[in-house]
Formats: sequence, structure tokens, C-alpha cells
Amino acid sequence: MIETDIVIIGAGPTGLFAVFEAGLLQMKCHIIDALPQPGGQLAELYPKKPIFDIPGYPEVLAGDLVANLMEQIKQFQPGFTLGETAETIEKLEDGTFIVTTKEGTKHKAKAVAIAGGLGTFEPRKPALKDIEFYELEDRGVDYFVKDPEKYRDKNIVIAGGGDSALDWSIFLSNVAKSVTLVHRRNEFRGALDSVEKVKELKDAGKIKLVTPAEVVGFNGSERVTAVDIEVNGARMKTECDYFIPLFGLTPKLGPIANWGLEIEKNAIKVNNALDYQTNVEGIYAIGDVNTYPGKLKLILCGFHEATLMCQSVYNRINPGKRYVLKYTTVSGVDGFDGTRKEAEKAVVKSID
Amino acid sequence: MPQDVNIKITDRNGVTHEVLAPTDMNMNLMELIRSYELAEEGTLGICGGMAMCASCQVYVLNDVVPIDRNPDEEAMLDEAYHVQPNSRLGCQIPITENLEGLEVQIAPEQ
Repeated sequence: MIETDIVIIGAGPTGLFAVFEAGLLQMKCHIIDALPQPGGQLAELYPKKPIFDIPGYPEVLAGDLVANLMEQIKQFQPGFTLGETAETIEKLEDGTFIVTTKEGTKHKAKAVAIAGGLGTFEPRKPALKDIEFYELEDRGVDYFVKDPEKYRDKNIVIAGGGDSALDWSIFLSNVAKSVTLVHRRNEFRGALDSVEKVKELKDAGKIKLVTPAEVVGFNGSERVTAVDIEVNGARMKTECDYFIPLFGLTPKLGPIANWGLEIEKNAIKVNNALDYQTNVEGIYAIGDVNTYPGKLKLILCGFHEATLMCQSVYNRINPGKRYVLKYTTVSGVDGFDGTRKEAEKAVVKSID
Repeated sequence: MPQDVNIKITDRNGVTHEVLAPTDMNMNLMELIRSYELAEEGTLGICGGMAMCASCQVYVLNDVVPIDRNPDEEAMLDEAYHVQPNSRLGCQIPITENLEGLEVQIAPEQ
């Protein structure tokens, strides 16, 4: 059982920044996210697109903002349960919570912060016969690349025409025995450097490109041994160990909707006059996943909500204990890893 | 003074709404639908308007706006469900004065 002060559900910008604010108050965090990497939508949907309304950044790429947040929180040593979906919550008599993922990992915490954004990202699945069979128990269909090493020296077929299909084809071309990229159109839609890199690898014979084409069926009695690809009305069989369709993700509020929280307009109602707590004491909702009068789904609002939530959790965990708001410029930042960041001392020196 | 335009939007329950759309707020049709709350929150405009989810797909019912899709939109609709020849992504249709009288129907959820 993983034990922490605050279990945060969702590793998007709001959830990540909550780790920082909690750390300033000496509280430890553990983050659960259904995606295999931190960053939420920013990492999954638009890592290479710019954001213009983060205060202090005239322009920042979504992927860079995530990298910066990870750097900013690293001295507070957050724990991560990635690639797992928070499924159930149990409130114990002593007011603590146990959050269990679909995969069975249990997390015990004194408070829960739901920073789930639009919800759990579920893969868009191609409508193929028997795909439900092959997606189970490592039978050859994967919707995410969780551990690239799994594909070492294997034959891989990737389908899709967006950034993730391009980027994973590029990455796995150095790991797998072979990579075949199948797309319904000749045109790909992604960052220019990714498209150019795939072309380079195709010319070098490291990626086999099949377009305009579609995977239309599976072969293999116990697991995938080959897929059928339809190109211009003709079918061909391509042997492979794994088929990875990357057709984008659809967010669903998911199991959180059944946690007894008050839901309005597909979002969790919170008390915004105070601390972003839900109708269940000790469970908070911050960022895009919550709603209140005047709510704006902006990253900068999520940062604010995370900060107030942490103050409230501090009071909950340490009833009656005094504290004052500290400025990092004055107090510095003491990490749980023993590091300290502080402002350089001013010099006291006469000028002759 | 920029003119508001009148647009008819049929929601997913088949109810038609006549709405007034400002042309000076840099809005698109997806945002207009959301501002009038004509689709359940969280089911339309999910990607925020990047032509990356097709949740704001609409069917254009008259010839006020051309059916010419931009390349991003074309690529997205190629992978979407319930696509018809008159499908467009609402987020790729800016609200301008030449949209006066436009009629659209919101496509089913993806």
C-alpha cells in the first residue's frame, strides 16, 4: 500500500503544481494518472503547440510547460502511479482515504485532490472484428506505449496519422525489429519535424510506410501473428508481434462519476468560496474537472485552485497548528530530498 | 459597428434554436454553440478548438457557408464517425458577417 498525505488524481498541470504548493507546507503527494506519462492533455493532445496565457510566459510549448513543472516539483519527490485509472475510493473511520486503481494498486492518503481535467483518456478503438480478444493479456494489441522495451526486436505495426503515431514510429524504429506505419491517407498531420523525420527513416528503410491503407483484420489463434492490411482494395498480410492503433483519445469522466460526488455539467461541484472541497469532506476537485459559478477552464485558474486546496488540506491534517503564508523568495524552498533553493544573499559593501 | 448575425442551430435532440452571434469577438461556431449551452457541457469542443477531436462536428444545412474544409479539418473528419458530405467542424468556422442566415445541425456524439 502506498501511503502519502495527498493523493492527486491526474498528472496535468494543475495536479503537478499542487505537489509544489503541498511541498511548501511539508505535505507529500502521490499522483495517479491513466496515461503512461505526466502532463495530461498537454502531453497527450498538444505537446508541440504553444500556450500564450501562462502568466510570465509570453509563449510556452505545452510539452515545455510540463517539463518545467516536473523540474519545479522534483525536490518534493512526488510518487507516481502512471498508466492506471483510479477506480474506487473508500473513506475510513479516521477520515483517511484509500484510492484503488483498476489495476489494483492501493493508495492511502489523508486527503484526495481530483485534478482529472476532462476525465480519463480512453483510446479510440478501430472497429475491427475480435479486437476485444487481442487487446487483453498481451495478445498483441496495445493502445499505449507504456514500456518501449517490450517491443525490442519485435515486429510492430502502428496505425494512425497524427503526432503520436509519427513520434512512436520514430522512437520504436530504433528499438523494434521492424516498424510498419499504416495510415488511411497519404498526408500525415503532425509537427513538421516529426513528419520530416518519418520521411527520412522511410527513405533509410527503417520505417515501412503503407498508405493510403487500413488494418482490416487479425491473424493468430492465441495472439496476433499478423494483420491484414487493405491497400487500394487489395489485401496483404503483414506479420507482426504487436499492432498499436493510435487514433487519438476521448476523455470520459469515468469511475469518478460514481464516487458520490455532486456532479453538474459533467464536472464536480466544489466550494469555491473557500477551498475547492467537494460535498465529501476531504475530497477536493481542482482544475478543469470542477465547476462553480463563474468557473473558467484555464491552466492559470487550476494553479490558483491547487494552492488554496493545499492550505485547506494543511488545516485538515494539522488542526489548530499555526502557520503563516511564506514567500519563496524570502524563505527559499526546502526539498524533501535535502536540497535547498534560496535567494542569493545581498552584499553589504560600500561603493568607493 | 459590427453586425450580429442570425444562425439557426439544431441541437442533438432535434430542437432548433435561432441565436444571435457576435462577429467582433473572434468566435467560431463551436464556441457559439457552447456559449448558448446547446450541447451538454463536456460533449462538444473537447479539444478546445484545435480540430483534434471532431466533437463539434456539424452538418451544414444551407449554402451560406461553403463546404470547403481546411486540411486539418479534412484529416480529422477522415477519422471521425457520422461524417456526411456536408460535415464541418464548428471550431473551424469563424463567425463573420457573411454567416447571416446559416443553418446547421449538431452531429451525434463521437
